[in-house]
Amino acid sequence: MKARIATLLCVLALGPANRLVFAQVDFSGSWNPLYHEDYPERFPGPELADYAGLPINAAARARGDAYDADRISVVMEYQCRPHGSDYSMRGSANLRITKDIDAESEQPVSFKTHIGWMEEERTIWLDGRPHPPDAAVHSWAGFSTGVWEGNMLTITTTHLKPSYLRRNGIPRSDKAKVTEHWTRHGNILTVIVVIDDPVFLTEPLIRSENWMLDPGQEFLPQSCEPAPEIPAPKGTVPQHLPGTNPFLHEVADWYGLPVKATRGGPETMYPEFRQTMGKPERVPEKCDRYCTCGMNGGTCDLR
Amino acid sequence: MIFKLSIFTCLLAGALAAQSDAELQVLPVRLASAANGAIYMISGDGGNITVQVGSQGVLVVDTGLAPLAPKAMAEIRKLSKGPIHYIINTHVHPDHVGGNEAFTKMIPPNRAQPLLIIAQENVLNRMTTPVTGSTTPPYQIGLPSDEYFLPFKDLHYNGEAIIVYHEPKAHTDGDSVILFRGSDVVSAGDIFTPDGYPFIDLERGGSVQGEIAALNFILDLAVPADKQEGGTLIIPGHGHLCEEAEVVEYRDMIVIVKDRIQDMLKKGMTLAQIKAAQPTIDYDTQYVSANSFVKTDQFVEAVYKSLGGK
Repeated sequence: MKARIATLLCVLALGPANRLVFAQVDFSGSWNPLYHEDYPERFPGPELADYAGLPINAAARARGDAYDADRISVVMEYQCRPHGSDYSMRGSANLRITKDIDAESEQPVSFKTHIGWMEEERTIWLDGRPHPPDAAVHSWAGFSTGVWEGNMLTITTTHLKPSYLRRNGIPRSDKAKVTEHWTRHGNILTVIVVIDDPVFLTEPLIRSENWMLDPGQEFLPQSCEPAPEIPAPKGTVPQHLPGTNPFLHEVADWYGLPVKATRGGPETMYPEFRQTMGKPERVPEKCDRYCTCGMNGGTCDLR
Repeated sequence: MIFKLSIFTCLLAGALAAQSDAELQVLPVRLASAANGAIYMISGDGGNITVQVGSQGVLVVDTGLAPLAPKAMAEIRKLSKGPIHYIINTHVHPDHVGGNEAFTKMIPPNRAQPLLIIAQENVLNRMTTPVTGSTTPPYQIGLPSDEYFLPFKDLHYNGEAIIVYHEPKAHTDGDSVILFRGSDVVSAGDIFTPDGYPFIDLERGGSVQGEIAALNFILDLAVPADKQEGGTLIIPGHGHLCEEAEVVEYRDMIVIVKDRIQDMLKKGMTLAQIKAAQPTIDYDTQYVSANSFVKTDQFVEAVYKSLGGK
């Protein structure tokens, strides 16, 4: 009788812990990104000087205005880089998630993500370990820890190398803290990414992406070797000097937008901005750029 | 100018020493291998200290602020009880040589292999030259005893080659970049301070051109591993442990600002007009904070004067 009571107590005692484990969602599997949101920005890539919807400060805007894409061709160290892991979830590459289980306790220790672009690997620690000290080395993936909030996994990432918020020169600093919320509904994974960057953002940048489970997915190895694509004297850093970037009006003119809207800033995130953004300087007679992007499963073209 | 020098020294030492109660962090940089010793980075207030420990003993790059020397030595002693044979000073500023005197006194005399303090000769010259108008006397103890004047000096210690390269006219005129060749670690001194604008000490022979050249040289030494990550580790003069990518970011920032100011100079703009034009506007939020040693105007002025602005 005493043994039975002890067993029962043990089961009751272990119960909550077991529930904690098995109530958690398993994100393991291969996932295919869906581009319902922001297809032109994500797939062909953003237009130059399009900062709309980004809560950037003047520093980030000036950085974008100075950006010359030749920099990647001249400064070879920019080649072969993975995205920062905050942007990786927004990129166009497939995603594989695996789960590590501690053999003795059967507790999950971590999720590991593998992104196709530059084979970026990230570990999301679930075992409560602290983040490294400030002085520790940073990485493209950063250091991630996750905690469960019901069925949602909330991930905090620090120690990121400097990267970008948008692939047109809008930077994200190494002081950023990234919070992700992962939820799974059947075969759909939804990831909400919140970027707090005291260097370049005036308020958090919040973006979401969806993924569909794709068990048959295959990942191909990616090798990359930097090479000089444009000869230039050593130490050359292509840039547009202040006031000389000829492309700042391009996106507004192509899409019939007020220039003010393309310059970004927190106000451009909210619907009421339409009341104050003004009129476009030029309205194209017909759509001539990325007109069918993402429509009916179509790809993007320049017609 | 002399007045400025003494003011600078007082400000630097005073401002940093005021925070000397802060704890030091010890970060493993590279674990020991069968061939090489281990490398650690000690950080906190003052300059970063690089420590190499191995079977032969201990080598230290920079000694931090004078008030923090006992704490720094205590941390080094936790890493190794072996003899300290070498100190290498990356440059002359008191947040990097300040602990020399205390270290010298704390290190037991060793007749077999006495302590050597390595630095480029301009470091010794500046440490021993009285500054007129300054109440701070020149250093008497903890002076570089093994100064060099050629482009580089090398030694082999704890199983690896260690090469000390002189970078002329960069942060100062006596900067050294130290390569731990086997460990694949570079100790950069204040040529590279990823959290703040470089302090281009014009009065001590620094220049923006030399600063850029020195960063380019560090990039030549650094080789990342796969996908531009890993590989060579860079210990900056201040700030977190880095790799090549962060040096690229920093070098590019300085080149971009230099190019802008050069363009403004060509247009005949005065220093006041250049400052008003905010040539660093896109970098100030990244590199300037309330605690920054180098503020925007100081950086712009150093670049301006390096480029011949009067």
